[in-house]
Amino acid sequence: MNNKIKSIIAVLAFAASVSAFAAETIKIGVSGPYTGGSSPMGVSMRDGVRLAASEINAKGGVLGRKIELVERDDQADNPRGVQVTQELINKERVVAALGFINTGVSLAAQRFYQEARIPVINNVATGSVVTKQFLPPQYPDNYVFRTSANDTIQSAMIVREAVDNHKFTKLAILADSTNYGQLGREDLEKALAAKNLKPVAEEKFNIKDVDMTAQLLKAKEAGAQAILTYGIGPELAQIANGMEKLGWKVPMIGSWTLSMGNFIDNAGKNGEGAMMPETFIQEPNTPKRKAFIAAYQRAYKIDRIPSPVSAAQGYDSMYILAAAIKQAGNTDGVKIREALENLNTKIEGVVTTYDHPYTHDNHEAITMDMVVMGKVMDGHVVSAHPAAMTSTKHKAKK
Amino acid sequence: MEILAQLIVSGIALGMIYAVIAFGYQLTFATSSTLNFGQGEALMLGALVGLTLVGHMSYWLMIPLVLVFGALQGVFVERVAVLPALKTKSEFGWIMTTISLAIIFKNVAENIWGHDDLTFPSPLPTEPLQFYGIRVLPMEILVVLGALAIMIAVEIFNRKSIYGKAVVATSNDRDAAGLMGINTGVVITFSYALSSMTAAFAGVLVAPLTLTGATMGVVLGLKAFAVAIIGGLNSGMGVIGGGLLLGIAETTTGYYISTGYKDVPGLLLLLLVLAIKPAGMFGKSVIKKV
Repeated sequence: MNNKIKSIIAVLAFAASVSAFAAETIKIGVSGPYTGGSSPMGVSMRDGVRLAASEINAKGGVLGRKIELVERDDQADNPRGVQVTQELINKERVVAALGFINTGVSLAAQRFYQEARIPVINNVATGSVVTKQFLPPQYPDNYVFRTSANDTIQSAMIVREAVDNHKFTKLAILADSTNYGQLGREDLEKALAAKNLKPVAEEKFNIKDVDMTAQLLKAKEAGAQAILTYGIGPELAQIANGMEKLGWKVPMIGSWTLSMGNFIDNAGKNGEGAMMPETFIQEPNTPKRKAFIAAYQRAYKIDRIPSPVSAAQGYDSMYILAAAIKQAGNTDGVKIREALENLNTKIEGVVTTYDHPYTHDNHEAITMDMVVMGKVMDGHVVSAHPAAMTSTKHKAKK
Repeated sequence: MEILAQLIVSGIALGMIYAVIAFGYQLTFATSSTLNFGQGEALMLGALVGLTLVGHMSYWLMIPLVLVFGALQGVFVERVAVLPALKTKSEFGWIMTTISLAIIFKNVAENIWGHDDLTFPSPLPTEPLQFYGIRVLPMEILVVLGALAIMIAVEIFNRKSIYGKAVVATSNDRDAAGLMGINTGVVITFSYALSSMTAAFAGVLVAPLTLTGATMGVVLGLKAFAVAIIGGLNSGMGVIGGGLLLGIAETTTGYYISTGYKDVPGLLLLLLVLAIKPAGMFGKSVIKKV
């Protein structure tokens, strides 16, 4: 009995020392799918955040304190996302959070950050409604921010590519049955309607579907000139492979997930030429990008970043958050939100240079002019219109 | 017409995948009235082991090794999950144990092969063949032929060899077979080995068509279970009929009704079969005397 009490005291003392130590660091929650079909995005995002955090810590951290990342795998699963979010808030007591790859998980889980008044930066999730879940008058302040190109931007760019650049008028939409796919499909429909067009076919598929014959035949019979996609890597690869099987090859233009490593690898030559809007392409066309790519490759010992977009957006989100914490002067959630909404410092990120990225009513850091079209070529994503990349300084690089 | 033919051909390829997995369910149900709910995972393990081996040898050389691996894996499942339940005459213990083993296998696979879906190099050309405007991948033909071949091989073994006769005797009446001197325990273990072996074989057959990864077996295993119920758990022809029916129903519903509803007819069929002919469309109803 005596021993038991002693051990309890020892454990308590240890716990106290741990929490005393933890108070020295600034805890930031990082959640995303590190396993499963969305993992290339989740892992790249996490690695981007880690890279930025270690750079910040190497320079002495923020407010004289080190940043500590608390990483949790939400497995792209809505209930699991809710669970890890509550754990990050209530058990780990994070001061702010980065993450959410899957729109569905984000919509299900981020309300807990909103209720706890903890700012969260969605650095990959793209659903248009993500930042519009908590708007005034019902919620006076919105704690949800974003550093990714939302689906309104992406679908407009997809449609612009298909309709304006390729002069297509008959387009088929293939979207998966998740929140991500179906919300994206709605955005695509709206973007098409803005051009007075209607999709000639609209087909659905499920995660893990292995046969896309029915969907593709319908698109083919409807005379589609291109397929607009909203899904994730493995199933998109099945679509590309299915087209090859049916001997029907039309361009695939879709959301940025067409740049995922598991699409490019599994589709192989059938995925060549697929086009998607991208905030970042793994091309060292600015000094910042060059340094970022080199640092990423060195830190994780790889050549091709599994999802460059996620890595860059994750990296940038960490720097934006760090700048906000610095400006706030403490780690109070309300103060950090106010700082985010009125950032005084310019942040040179990988995607762009952020100059007042947010206001009280605008929580989207990315605008359409920062996004470019990418294209799969020889197993890598390259710019689809190299000449159009004039927003960067290196015009000579074609 | 061409479209319908194309849909049916794709449905047949899909259906035969379901059928060969469903066949595995049937093998163990026949001898021990138990099922391995980890059938999908047995398929996944076969595919992943095959993928690793293919790095060192040709596809054809790899198949026998995967068959051996599958058989051993089946023995393991039977020893660990099913035998204790049978010994204690637990009616439903094996359900939980095979499901939990399946989860463990999935986690182990995730740790060994990672979480990503991998590409399985196709042993045959990936250019589709054309017959009267219908396009078929050579690999799809191989799946159909391979599935039929392994089912026929197992059937011939059961009917012609003395060991096979022991399996059939145990299926017909386990107690009587035991009284006749057949070691029914060994027969049950053997049926699990056969069952997982066919699943592993199915895994390396379908892997070049689908993607290979730790979660590839979940949906396939579930659909195959529906096929086994539709076709009848004690009818060899049943799984083929059920598999083709479900496969073709999926592709044609997807095209003619809506791709959002493509899984519905198969499940409706399952409900209908359970309501009208619980032994399955091709199954023999057994009167259980109490």
